[in-house]
Amino acid sequence: MELLSPEGLRIDGRRANELRRITCKPSVLKNADGSAYFEQGNTKVLAAVYGPRQPQLKSQTAHDRAVIRVEFNVAPFSSSERKKRSRFEKYGNLRILEIATSIKQTFEPVIISTVYPRSEIAIYLHLLQDDGGNIQTCINAATLALIDAGIAMTDYVCACSAGYIDETPVLDLNHIEESSYETPDLTMAVMPRSEKILLLQMESRLQIGRLEDTLALAKAGCGQIHELMDKAVRDNTLDLVHKYTN
Amino acid sequence: MAEPLLATRRGDSSSAGHDADPAKTVVTTPGEPITTTASFMRGHGTFVEDETVVSAVAGVVERINKLITVKALKARYSGEIGDVVVGRITEVAQKRWKVDVNSRQDAVLMLSAINLPGGIQRRKSESDELRMRTFFTEGDLVVAEIQSHYSDGAIALHTRSLKYGKLRNGTLVKIPPALVQRSRSHFHALPCGVDVILGVNGYIWVSKHVDMETIEANPEEIYSSKNDRISPDERQMIARVANCIVALTRHFVHIHETSILYAYEASLQHPIKDLVTSDISSDIALEVRDKLQV
Repeated sequence: MELLSPEGLRIDGRRANELRRITCKPSVLKNADGSAYFEQGNTKVLAAVYGPRQPQLKSQTAHDRAVIRVEFNVAPFSSSERKKRSRFEKYGNLRILEIATSIKQTFEPVIISTVYPRSEIAIYLHLLQDDGGNIQTCINAATLALIDAGIAMTDYVCACSAGYIDETPVLDLNHIEESSYETPDLTMAVMPRSEKILLLQMESRLQIGRLEDTLALAKAGCGQIHELMDKAVRDNTLDLVHKYTN
Repeated sequence: MAEPLLATRRGDSSSAGHDADPAKTVVTTPGEPITTTASFMRGHGTFVEDETVVSAVAGVVERINKLITVKALKARYSGEIGDVVVGRITEVAQKRWKVDVNSRQDAVLMLSAINLPGGIQRRKSESDELRMRTFFTEGDLVVAEIQSHYSDGAIALHTRSLKYGKLRNGTLVKIPPALVQRSRSHFHALPCGVDVILGVNGYIWVSKHVDMETIEANPEEIYSSKNDRISPDERQMIARVANCIVALTRHFVHIHETSILYAYEASLQHPIKDLVTSDISSDIALEVRDKLQV
């Protein structure tokens, strides 16, 4: 299959350095302390944040900070390929647990957890539709939900993926590009203000000389996502200010 | 370091603190620099990095003298001493109860911070400790006052007044804490024969009216878990007031005695169950808002 046409267009009509269309909306759930819906192309994630609250398990308390918990859930209707359900699935799919752990580790340095001692911050992520870039969409959704919940953070966390098709670095891969055997891809999460990297994940082989290009492209993508997220948060906050003060 | 955010507010010190005019409010998002530490102190919702006060939440900047805070609009309830709160007992522990008050962690109600039935004043003995579940047990609702804070931010409650104690004969309404403001009184007896307790933590108790004399006449009954007989009329009144509060909350109207009264008057032309439908609740909220502005 041809992932990049001779004219430089990708399989879904984007250029190499273009993001998919992003729609995001904070405060979509009533019961959660904070929530957000995030769409990146055809990947759709719903995030809910509860907390800081009394930890549900006593053993999971830290006396000097809040404990962060991440639960990641893939809706059975999220992808068109029917996955074989293993009989061990009730113990949790290992791949899903791994994603949840990496998201938790991404947020741990950013959330100022010491201001909430002996409490718990629970992040629930639900993948509703899967078209590649699940981890980045989940991280972006979780960031919006955490901000919506009013949880203290030192900065936003913005995530984006980038890869290489033939000789061209490409931004924000979709499912077809991601699952192609010869396309290397990496996911990166950064704090946009300090440009510090919080997560860098790559499970394929990439020529070392191409790494720098790919990282720069992913970082640029994170910057674009940050602008979109900041606008959504600002609009939502202003909207709430108007509602509460009139 | 540039100070774009505070420049607009420097001139008018009157607008510091609670700012009613949305045009003047300054909204920040996490990671946004506010000002330098040279002239200001950091408060809640901010942190210091490289001698700059930086916002940690998305919210409104408030300045009180030299203290800068950023207030998130949807954050959980953080208690202040003297607040009246409504809560639910979650756990009975050694000489204390744990109470869910919609805060960051459960509040603590010490056995020594309650009144014994009959109003007897004495030190609580071991036999009182064994009888703790006869006072409050898991799932009971209580109204209490915040007595103090522990060093880790947990809240200590007390119920040492006949106003406070176990709740019965009514229904609980949960609303965003930002919609309840601290005021002189949080206990209201509405003319329609319904009592309302406005917990600052966003838990509101709507119940059948009980006058102080009946409580004082039967001090043994303050820990009773049995509801009185409630007539269908009283039941409907309670439901109507509760639904009025829900309708107002949907449209971000602050909940206090006057707004509940106006909403009650406006609701009388509608059946109780319709009050929470979107069009009727917005009608009621609009009417209440108009009346409040007069």
